[in-house]
Amino acid sequence: MNESFSLRNVRFNNRIFVASGTFGYGDEVAELVEFDGLGGIMTKSLSLKPRDGNPPPRITETASGMLNSIGLANIGVHKFIEEKIPALEHHACAIIANIAASTVEEYCGVLELLDPHKRVDGFEINVSCPNVKEGGLSFGTDPVKVALITKELRKRTRKPLIIKLTPNVTHISEFARAAEAEGADAVSVINTLIGMAVNIHTKEPKLSTITGGLSGPAIKPVALAKVFEVYKSVKIPVF
Amino acid sequence: MIQEHARIAAVKEIASNIFQLSFLSSSISRSALPGQFVNVKAEESAVPLLRRPFSIFSVDGETVSIIFNVVGLGTKLLSQKKAGEILDVLGPLGKGVFPFNDEKFDTALLVAGGLGVAAFPFLNSRLHASKKVISFLGARTSSFVVRKGLDNIHVATDDGSEGFHGTVVDMLKNFMNENTVLHPRIYSCGPMPMMRTLAKYSREKNVPCYAALECEMACGIGLCQGCPVEAAGEGRKYKLVCKDGPVFDVREILF
Repeated sequence: MNESFSLRNVRFNNRIFVASGTFGYGDEVAELVEFDGLGGIMTKSLSLKPRDGNPPPRITETASGMLNSIGLANIGVHKFIEEKIPALEHHACAIIANIAASTVEEYCGVLELLDPHKRVDGFEINVSCPNVKEGGLSFGTDPVKVALITKELRKRTRKPLIIKLTPNVTHISEFARAAEAEGADAVSVINTLIGMAVNIHTKEPKLSTITGGLSGPAIKPVALAKVFEVYKSVKIPVF
Repeated sequence: MIQEHARIAAVKEIASNIFQLSFLSSSISRSALPGQFVNVKAEESAVPLLRRPFSIFSVDGETVSIIFNVVGLGTKLLSQKKAGEILDVLGPLGKGVFPFNDEKFDTALLVAGGLGVAAFPFLNSRLHASKKVISFLGARTSSFVVRKGLDNIHVATDDGSEGFHGTVVDMLKNFMNENTVLHPRIYSCGPMPMMRTLAKYSREKNVPCYAALECEMACGIGLCQGCPVEAAGEGRKYKLVCKDGPVFDVREILF
């Protein structure tokens, strides 16, 4: 079976993508994983300036899952361009740069810096990080803002534009429709679910930020239900 | 660093509720350095989900060992493994390792709190014969003391059931006051409060001190950014225990 497909002008080898945050910028895992077997890599979220991330503890294991509150720790877009893009040059799979920001202008700024680089095949827009105070989830829980960000970014790139949605809303399909209407090529479903864990001995939360994002096998049925809801409501592909 | 499905050579209880698990790996045994760790999948299932990080306890030929006490499901499953079974191991991990083959010290002081001792037999085996090695082991009680692979051992117990009655750091301080120690270097691993006290002492006495840190981890290779420790000085606010460590010069870290 031919698993390849296209979004705009980009041909992807197959439908296996590694989700943002699980694969770093790619170079760290080069010793362990055969990149060419992947359809693409969603990079760790990139912001305009480097971010330190949240104080520890940032992760804790839960039943069949993991709670994280990394807080978008990343090297920043400039360092990504200088150091990471050259290291990814010789790999065949697509590189989708994931962008996080706290203002519409910042989203646009990061995208404009990355857009001229051939090695960046497309963009995934993180409007749904639950772990930072400003931006992130506050954009992702307002369909008007999702529409605005999509519209502004669409003006600035001809490359595939994928909007990553949060499940922490009543109707995720509204957000998918808003992205589609403003020209998104696809949506990513889902970001993590807001969760919390408490140490019963100390009665303290297990994460420094109290709540975090839940991922792992625990949330797969939720994710599938959200994918199904979105699939029924838009014509663009669902990642 | 490789992901390997290694054959288990043996699992045995070496102290009260403390187990040694040995597996065969030509590549990990060949490339491992003292202070590095392996990240082990206790079971090929969603529970427990994450790998468990363990210091490399010893390397003998192609046999690599870890030790652990049973605290939760992951360590319980590992304690029940049998020789011949296959273990999913990622390693050796960590860029920060114990410096051991230089000329800047003559006496290695190995200071372990509890299961922090796990990091030291491997280091002990690699230290040059010309170095004097003294091991300081702290434990809650006598039955939790692990002596395997160490020499010249001084024991401190919280309950006084063996050796010095008190903390391992106080025992070390007494030893240093009462003895002349030639060009010492401290290697340490243990609970954070112990390491904090030790780091302070090493700064006061101007003795170089390297600490292997423990931390809840997920990936073990720097991808998830889940194991930060606050860095001292200018530059990055956090370092990652898994990738930048697990061993740090204590001056690099804000304890």
